[in-house]
Amino acid sequence: MGRYVIRRLLIAIPTLIVISFVIYAILALAPIDPLSQFGADPRVPPEAREHIRHALGLDQPWYIRYVLWMKGMFTGDFGTSFMSHAPVIELISQRLPNTLAVVGVAYIVGVALGIPVGLISAVRRYSLFDHFSTAGAYVFFSLPTFFTGLLLIIIFGIKLRWFPFIYNSNLQVHDLDTLVRQLKQSIMPIAVLGLFDTAVIARYVRAEMLEHLPLDYVRTARGKGLMERFVVLRHVLRNSLIPVVTLVALGVPAVFGGAIVTEQVFRVPGIGELLVTSIGNGDIPVVSTVVFIFAVLVVLFNLMADVLYAVLDPRIRYT
Amino acid sequence: MATTQVRLTATPATALYTRPPRSLWNQAWYQFRRHRLAMAGLGVLVLLVLATLLGPFIWPQKIDTIDFTVAINGPSADHPFGTDDLGRDIFARALWGGRVSIAVGITAVIIAITLGTAIGSLAGYFNSLDNPLMRLTDLFLSLPILPLLLVIIYLFRDSLRAAFGPELGIFIMIVTVIGVLQWMPVARLVRAQFLSLKQKEFVEAARAVGDSDGRIITRHILPNVLSPVLVAATIGVGGAILTESTLSFLGLGFPPDVPTWGRILFDAENFIEIAPHWVIFPGFLIFITVLSINYVGDGLRDALDPRKT
Repeated sequence: MGRYVIRRLLIAIPTLIVISFVIYAILALAPIDPLSQFGADPRVPPEAREHIRHALGLDQPWYIRYVLWMKGMFTGDFGTSFMSHAPVIELISQRLPNTLAVVGVAYIVGVALGIPVGLISAVRRYSLFDHFSTAGAYVFFSLPTFFTGLLLIIIFGIKLRWFPFIYNSNLQVHDLDTLVRQLKQSIMPIAVLGLFDTAVIARYVRAEMLEHLPLDYVRTARGKGLMERFVVLRHVLRNSLIPVVTLVALGVPAVFGGAIVTEQVFRVPGIGELLVTSIGNGDIPVVSTVVFIFAVLVVLFNLMADVLYAVLDPRIRYT
Repeated sequence: MATTQVRLTATPATALYTRPPRSLWNQAWYQFRRHRLAMAGLGVLVLLVLATLLGPFIWPQKIDTIDFTVAINGPSADHPFGTDDLGRDIFARALWGGRVSIAVGITAVIIAITLGTAIGSLAGYFNSLDNPLMRLTDLFLSLPILPLLLVIIYLFRDSLRAAFGPELGIFIMIVTVIGVLQWMPVARLVRAQFLSLKQKEFVEAARAVGDSDGRIITRHILPNVLSPVLVAATIGVGGAILTESTLSFLGLGFPPDVPTWGRILFDAENFIEIAPHWVIFPGFLIFITVLSINYVGDGLRDALDPRKT
């Protein structure tokens, strides 16, 4: 098991290097001058601009800049924001926990709801529950996350006034009251992503369970007199989850995309919101770092899926 | 239980005697029609496409008539979807924007399918290309798609706008970028089909009569891969429409004078407290389009899947 994890980790590193090169190439090929933000300011004389260019190392050939950029990415030196003049690492470390909390809790909600829903609708196929949950999964799968978010704001934020619809990032949790307020303002962003995750997971679990239920090993398990509950939970579910893990891992980029949208809708100060505002401001150092962080997160989540895969399927570990 | 068994076997038997023999596509259509939700989805889609194509000619309101006397009004007989902050008719804008959204969806998928099929066929047919091409596919699958889309559009928007004009430039850019970042599932699918099909006797026979690799790929194997690709393409159109509206919603899609559905929502977001209708109607159009496409894709999968017929 340990050896398997290490091998997967070693594969992740070249993947990250290639991705970092892709991101860097896109930024380097872009016809936009990274100094356009300064260039727009007529008070900056050309000599000063050349000086900044030199100080930022922009007069070096591209491969040197790439190596320097890469070194920065792996040592945590992401440069300084053009806009706030704060180190990028500071901006990221303030906001990354918010993104991870929203995405993580939404995933937990998705797994906690999606697996039972998919399981019940597969076992009770064509029942009322199955019809409702399948239709519901289709609905939430087809709803764009920004529209779900805006709908929740209209219904629960404006009409019913249950939850605040602008996330207050200055809220510090120190007693029961602020804890309740923190929970209240987190419910809607998590619900948007969580419902989407639930729909995806329930759909996959149902489909995989239906593939497995008529198989011979299930009949064998029943034939040896096992209780139906154990047949479904220990045999069918465990086998069905193997492909589900892969499918969910493939959906990770989409989930982070959804996180960007959700943060934007509810003004949650996460790295997705940072990305969108930085793009608006032309803040290249922040933009390139956030995209790279997203790449790292996607690779990391894929790695976790691979490890989970090995936990579920012992055959994987020994090949 | 017994009655359903009888009915299942009885229908094809009578069909055998009363109907003329069906072609493959007739058979698929026959299967498809039995999927009620897919038929409903198809109906909604046909209606939506007709409405967006013909609507702007029939509907009297223009998309850019500014009239402050009716700014931010709820739905009425004159403006069934209400009006925006400049008093423009949201129904007219949604009809016009639907055209763009649907066109983006279809064009982006054509690019994705072409790329995916090409890469998948090459990887599946030529053993030497399989490993490098599949590593490439895996790499693309682990790219953070939405952040990259946002960055690419931000960086290249101005130069494309200068080269092709504001609307066509953005259209080309969005369609290309979505297509180039969505081909991977198709490539995997096509490769898997090629791997099993190239072992079949009919391919061997084609090779025995001296067909070239190119001819075997295009004339013998590809037609057999058509149905799963068609299903993937259908569902892909929904995905591409979602991606476009997400980009527009984040302010990095079409310019304000091209009211795609996502763009209307982007403009509406700041008025959500006083004008919920501005959000609900265009958002519902995106939702119902994508839902219908997903159901049609589902129906197509059932109809074209040989395991079920």
